[in-house]
Amino acid sequence: MNPAEKLYSVTVEVNGVRRTGQVPARTSLVDWLREDQRLTGTHIGCEHGICGACSVMLDGEPVRSCLMYAVQADGHKVTTVEGLANPDGSLSVLQDSFCEAHGLQCGYCTPGMLIAAQALLNQNRQPSEEQIRDAIGGNLCRCTGYQQIVEAVQLAARRLAAGAK
Amino acid sequence: MKSPPFEYVRARSVDEACELLSSHGEGAKLIAGGQSLVPMMAFRLLRPSWLIDINEIAALRFVDARPDTVRIGAATRQCVLAKDDALARRLPLMRQALAWVGHVQTRNRGTIGGSLVHADPSAELPLAAQVLGAEMTLRKKAARRAVAADRFFAGPMMTAIEPNECLEEIHWPVWREARVGSAFFEVSRRHGDFAIVGAAAQVAVDDSGRCTRAAFGIGGAGPAPLAFPKLAARLVGTSLDADAVQSVVHDAAAELEPGTDTHATAAYRRHLARVLAARVLRSAYETARSTS
Repeated sequence: MNPAEKLYSVTVEVNGVRRTGQVPARTSLVDWLREDQRLTGTHIGCEHGICGACSVMLDGEPVRSCLMYAVQADGHKVTTVEGLANPDGSLSVLQDSFCEAHGLQCGYCTPGMLIAAQALLNQNRQPSEEQIRDAIGGNLCRCTGYQQIVEAVQLAARRLAAGAK
Repeated sequence: MKSPPFEYVRARSVDEACELLSSHGEGAKLIAGGQSLVPMMAFRLLRPSWLIDINEIAALRFVDARPDTVRIGAATRQCVLAKDDALARRLPLMRQALAWVGHVQTRNRGTIGGSLVHADPSAELPLAAQVLGAEMTLRKKAARRAVAADRFFAGPMMTAIEPNECLEEIHWPVWREARVGSAFFEVSRRHGDFAIVGAAAQVAVDDSGRCTRAAFGIGGAGPAPLAFPKLAARLVGTSLDADAVQSVVHDAAAELEPGTDTHATAAYRRHLARVLAARVLRSAYETARSTS
């Protein structure tokens, strides 16, 4: 950061907690989350909106946090992968299903996949395979071939329908 | 991949955005969804001195669907348009085009106006605007002017927008015939990628299945998406039989100026243009004919 750069105040509700900071306008939302707020669960991949690794929810909808400046999130609510676990810190149904179905190998794309899949399940409790593939269509995975990720989301949907929490 | 430094301000109204555009001069740019602008800044293809954020201007986010025209605010998000059933009934081509635009995450942020002013030659919404003859309302301070799609798109990433002018809303004509069908297809390396070539069509038919009105266009095969109103007029009175369609799409492909790049050769783009234009015309016709 250039020390002469003007700083802007931002206040963002991240995972239910109000967080404030001072940032140059050009700081992306993902850099602010990771470097200033130390929420390193959100990963940075391509930094130009192709890979989906940096997906977070903005006011409940999945977006790419590398394609937003932190100043633009001022006054909004952000959910990162850290906000998906249960309040006691145990894995959510979706996260546990990723483990169970082997929905990850290296794990780099996983935070973005979890955000995309959770956003889908929040709106659609019984997604079809096609709807799952569409929801994660903006997230690249170089390990799994996607099949186990789709199966993990299907497993999570079944568990949620059976009342799992 | 970090953006170069700039200063930032949130505009609270269209008036204020216009005022800020003129007071900050040539280096100022509006930012809406940022799904094209931010990557261009990350690549340092653009170095605006000021970004004027129009995301918080509620007056730029609306859909006003009337029987003969749909007015859409420039900062209306693509995801909102894709989910709007009333809009899909009046402008079926809109939902069909949006299905090809990026991914869930980019449609949640990307706006219709942003896609139109960015004017990527292979983008879906500019092509839909060309085919349907949409009209852009441009605003410079208190002055407004309307520019039709065929004069709006001037070339790759170039439009008729002047310095200090902004896109305020878009008017889309609604076809009021009883039997109307439309279709949008494209070929890209992966779904959600930029199209190599895309095509869109809308067709109206009478009770006997004769075409009474047709429109079609092709994107990604020249400096800007093109519509072919004169060629489409040749389809009126026909049943869009193979000969009529082939003759028209052959002549359309001859008007294109496709380029060669790492994704496709000019010859392949011209081939795709013919195939996809014929496919959307036939598909739109079949949909129109099966409408009761």
